[in-house]
Amino acid sequence: MFTKDLFKKPKNELESSSKDKKAPAVCIPEELCISCPSCKKPHFKTDVNESSGICPSCGHYFKIGARARIDIIADKKSFIEHDKKLTSTNIIAFPEYDDKIDKAKKESKESEAVITGVCSISGYACAIFVMEPRFIMGSMGRIVGEKITRLFEFATKKGLPVVGYTVSGGARMQEGILSLLQMAKVSGAVKNHSDAGNLYVTVLTNPTTGGVTASFAMLGDIIIAEPNALIGFAGPRVIEQTMRQKLPQNFQKAEYLLETGFIDGIVDRREQKEYLRKVLKIHGGKV
Amino acid sequence: MAANTTAYDKVMAARAKGRPTAADFINNIFVDFTEMHGDRRFGDDSAIISGIALLGNIPVTVIGIEKGHDTKDKIARNFGQAHPEGYRKALRQMKLAEKFGRPIITFVDTPGAYCGIDAESRGQGQAIAENLYEMMTLRTPVISIFIGEGGSGGALALAVADEVWILENAVYSVISPEGCASILWKDSKKVKEATECLKMTAEDLISLGAVERIIEEKGDISLVYKSLLKQLNDALAPYNITQGKEKKLEEMLKKRYKKFRKIGEL
Repeated sequence: MFTKDLFKKPKNELESSSKDKKAPAVCIPEELCISCPSCKKPHFKTDVNESSGICPSCGHYFKIGARARIDIIADKKSFIEHDKKLTSTNIIAFPEYDDKIDKAKKESKESEAVITGVCSISGYACAIFVMEPRFIMGSMGRIVGEKITRLFEFATKKGLPVVGYTVSGGARMQEGILSLLQMAKVSGAVKNHSDAGNLYVTVLTNPTTGGVTASFAMLGDIIIAEPNALIGFAGPRVIEQTMRQKLPQNFQKAEYLLETGFIDGIVDRREQKEYLRKVLKIHGGKV
Repeated sequence: MAANTTAYDKVMAARAKGRPTAADFINNIFVDFTEMHGDRRFGDDSAIISGIALLGNIPVTVIGIEKGHDTKDKIARNFGQAHPEGYRKALRQMKLAEKFGRPIITFVDTPGAYCGIDAESRGQGQAIAENLYEMMTLRTPVISIFIGEGGSGGALALAVADEVWILENAVYSVISPEGCASILWKDSKKVKEATECLKMTAEDLISLGAVERIIEEKGDISLVYKSLLKQLNDALAPYNITQGKEKKLEEMLKKRYKKFRKIGEL
């Protein structure tokens, strides 16, 4: 601002700082506010939460935690968690992994990168797993594999459909070969569940990549995705760097997968519950 | 190899120029190998060799990821990095093996599944996932042999087997040591350290329950072929029966599931 104050020497530090400070008209504590990474506009967190984590201005999908997803999808108070306490240990003594687990627990307030359990969706009973993006990028180690396998085995025994929300950076490399083999383990449990005639629906959210894409994410009888979600085996940066190929627009986005025939549909986050109600009902869902 | 070889030495040995490839194993262990091409959906992936053959007098299905020997061959084979159509070709052969009651033997040697635009657009993740899913319940014995590099999901897609064997100097890992060093430490110089951390040598894999058997690499390679012929025969002979075969296959499938089920079990 070009004002006469510019030429005035401040008498003391206090005066100068008080003049420079742009006093905001409304004072909003930061923790109540969130700015959209896409359109940069600030919004009250409560507004964003009310619209299922979608930006009220531009429609951008905020990353949301596993608990928040369960709140959106499951009927109120219907969710019963399984294996809540299972948590990873540094099984092959990989450097810095212990710290990483501790940090992930603090950040996500969860004990692993997936939450499993049973719930009802618009009255229909199902088993559900939801991955947690804040826990080491939703990566799959042996506990993630174990929890999802147990859930499928439980659902097979009870004849329950499984609904699975994926978000993952892939296999967790700090657990070496044991994380890779979870891909086979979970896929086997999915196969047994399927062979017994049960329904499995996956909802792919941003981002779903690597070993999770190459196993249970792509094994649903019905596969839907959230708009604009990144879904792929190799990450786009890896492809660009190693292959020196320029990526086409929309590459690996949900819309691209729909076009190439790898998913059944793209469903708005606010309409997923209704979508799931329909498919559960059509598949003879039990109330 | 000397007793003091490091994990990184093994990675180098697994990738060494002149190391026998899947085609060498196939040609030297089996007779009457007849190659079968194509996935009937998109094309024929030359990174994967598949076909039928005789192991002694047992009809078998053989699948291998082929890296190629000279430069021209390597390029044609895409350096042993399969596309989705390669995994689908393999699965088609595995389904035929199941239909005709032939045991399946796979030879794994790959830096990983190909990561490129075309591979992604044809569903690399879906192709690998489908193999894992279908292989778990194939009603015929499956033996996978890691002969060089076992690179992540692209290797596992041919290794959901009743038994996984590994050559003394072959490796098998969730990620390449180069990839691990660059992602975790943003430092490509830490490759050797990453190799140790990933526990990817044959001994490590045995102790973690990821493989069942180490195949010695002493002396001339022809001895390895001879030894494999015998070991494969011994492992598959019990299934070369007519009476009580169904019951035996049922037990085998339970055991296969349990084997993977117990990885990381608490």
